[in-house]
Amino acid sequence: MESINKPIPDKISKLGYLLTGIGLLIIVVSFLVDKQRGAFDYLWIYMFLTSVGIGGLALTALEYLVGATWSVPFRRVCEFLAGIIPLLVILVMPLIFSMHDLFHWTHPEAVANDPILKAKAPYLNMNFFMIRVVFCILVWFLFYYFFTKNSKKQDTSKDPALTRKNIKLSVAFAPLFFISLSIAAIDWMMSLEPHWFSTIYGVYYFAGTIVCTLAIVTFISIHLKENGYLSPRLGNDQFYSLGTLLFGFNIFWGYIAFSQYILIWYADIPEETYWYMMRWHNGWQYVSMGLLFIHFVIPFLVLLPRSVKVNLKTLKIMSIWMVFAHMLDLYWLIMPTYSKSPVLGWQELGIFFFAPGLIMIVFGMKASKENLTPVGDPKLEAGLNFTL
Amino acid sequence: MLKKILKLDEELAQDVPRSHKVHSVAALFDTPDEITHAARETSNAGYDKFDVYTPYPLHGMDAAMRMKDTNIGKFAFLAGLTGITVAVSMIGWMSGIDYQNIIGGKPYFNLTASIPIMFELTILLTGLFCVFGMLLLWNKLPQISNPLHDTNFMKYASSTRFGVAIEAEDAQFDVEKVKAFLAGVGGKDIEVVYYPEENIQKTSPIFEKKFIYLLIVVAVVTALGGYGAIGKLVNILPFDWMHNQFRVNPQTRSDIFKDGRSMQRPVDGTVARGFMPYEYTGMPDSLVKLLSNPVPMNEFSIERGKKQYNTYCSPCHGYFGAGDSRMNNQFPNPPTLHSKKVRDWADGNIYNVMTNGQNVMPSYAKQISRDDRWAIVNYIRVLQRAENAKDTDLP
Repeated sequence: MESINKPIPDKISKLGYLLTGIGLLIIVVSFLVDKQRGAFDYLWIYMFLTSVGIGGLALTALEYLVGATWSVPFRRVCEFLAGIIPLLVILVMPLIFSMHDLFHWTHPEAVANDPILKAKAPYLNMNFFMIRVVFCILVWFLFYYFFTKNSKKQDTSKDPALTRKNIKLSVAFAPLFFISLSIAAIDWMMSLEPHWFSTIYGVYYFAGTIVCTLAIVTFISIHLKENGYLSPRLGNDQFYSLGTLLFGFNIFWGYIAFSQYILIWYADIPEETYWYMMRWHNGWQYVSMGLLFIHFVIPFLVLLPRSVKVNLKTLKIMSIWMVFAHMLDLYWLIMPTYSKSPVLGWQELGIFFFAPGLIMIVFGMKASKENLTPVGDPKLEAGLNFTL
Repeated sequence: MLKKILKLDEELAQDVPRSHKVHSVAALFDTPDEITHAARETSNAGYDKFDVYTPYPLHGMDAAMRMKDTNIGKFAFLAGLTGITVAVSMIGWMSGIDYQNIIGGKPYFNLTASIPIMFELTILLTGLFCVFGMLLLWNKLPQISNPLHDTNFMKYASSTRFGVAIEAEDAQFDVEKVKAFLAGVGGKDIEVVYYPEENIQKTSPIFEKKFIYLLIVVAVVTALGGYGAIGKLVNILPFDWMHNQFRVNPQTRSDIFKDGRSMQRPVDGTVARGFMPYEYTGMPDSLVKLLSNPVPMNEFSIERGKKQYNTYCSPCHGYFGAGDSRMNNQFPNPPTLHSKKVRDWADGNIYNVMTNGQNVMPSYAKQISRDDRWAIVNYIRVLQRAENAKDTDLP
């Protein structure tokens, strides 16, 4: 298979550095002005980048796990996105140093006067929290390291045994991924309201993560294809598959979100409902309603017809839309703990600079060192020939 | 075995009388690549009324045939909309208007609880509409067979080879030209398929009287048979859980006793255990009041009296003896137990009324035991005292 050796232009990285710089400035100033607000905004950014990083890793693993061929030409995009994972070690630091601003349960005097927090203390305490943070990032990093190492090696060696190795890795990764992702979601976001609990929370975050990552992969792949960085043999059928997967996982997100809501709504127990009550008063109800329409109703109706999913232009627009929807979803999950009514100031704009900027930097760095297409993969030919 | 079946097939195929009206020209190909190539060539040549027949789905065939987007999506979408509308109207009518019930403090009609049903009905109706739509619109239901059936062509196209058939409806159809074209793209065993006689002459066999009668007979037999069978089937107890046992039921036959009845009169001159004959029936109040209350007034007897009072007396006299139960105005009004007359009665008088009844009040001797009647007397005294409490009663 002929590989396309058209290098990614520098301006991607340059634009990335510029955006990241602006984002970083906003974050730093925001921390200096109001540490608590800065910390919550930064948690929002961190969870978004975690979504993108582990989502990319999960899609890579998913391809090996189910033996998909059509997604092979896009796999490098997922791997590049997973390149955010090593950065999480640094990105998590500001959160570790502002734990007291974020989490109510980190205050010993609050725990001492609260029987519920006291009972939850064996799980919600600083030491165990740190162990879990390290565990999650370590698991993601190790699998990222081995997956990409094998994949990269295959570009030159063309050895099918490496694919088999990655299949084995993906089998081990699948359960660990769900455990670590649930832990991350529960620790960083659910424990913001330590009295509240929802057993479906991890799945909810997973659904949003996959939707967001698929959207980014779709956007980048279409952009690369339009500018001639991917094989011209790549037809609409592969992009249609991406669009279908995006559509499917978005319905999954709606299904999970509704499952969580209807149980709490029906049981009507104050210890569970207050989490939704917080999101239904003082202006938050507009955000909640907006989330329902932006994340589910509108994309559902737009992505439903086949013609939209085979049209690269509409698909590209919808993928940007879905990334924004996931940002809104995370905002809705995190920020009500910080403020009784929705806040949107210059502090909140940080994510729109920092996150895309960082993704561009990582992508540019990776693309300058590796092939954009896994040229050694034995399934690549089948992937390029894929027709519906 | 396979050869036998194929041979039988061939014999059957020749049995179908064919007319002289051409349905299509069909050709067979040996490999998927050949058929894909042929399909592409056929659509390139400008034919659009043709179809490809393969034993299994071939990826990429849609593109090769230049198939246009079908309307199935729109059809399914409308079916789904129908489903969601049916669900909303059904629940809106049932729980919002016709049979309002408060469940868990929720509004009569609420969208959240209806969403699962909307979801289910959307999918159900979409599925059903698509299946029936396929039968009616795509398979053209009154027509029960396709002219390509029972041909040599279809025998192979559905087992080991791949086929393409260009239909006579096509604008540029010409038997000889099509034959030459198909031979040109590598088609083998080129065959001209004619309509079977019955397809053009008769109306569809579905509308034949015999068939419709058959349907009616089947429907009637199934309905009656089902009705009869279900009547029997539901009466079969897989486990009887001791429903049937050797036991003497009241007012039935029993072989245990000589007279064959399950219920027997007590032996003359005996009394049941715990039964105390009451010999003051019909005596004047002045005599009855001499009866003394054998049940002491204490916490236990009051508690017992309260329980029995609430069960047997309160439906008429009210929970606090004021005669204010819900029987008021629906029945001769029950009297209050706080009147001066009742307060001044001795315990024996109250006991006598309970035992023998008074005016419309029947005797309660059968329902309430002797000791419990005395306990009720104690409780009535408590109610009376509470109603007419003195200052000295206050702590």
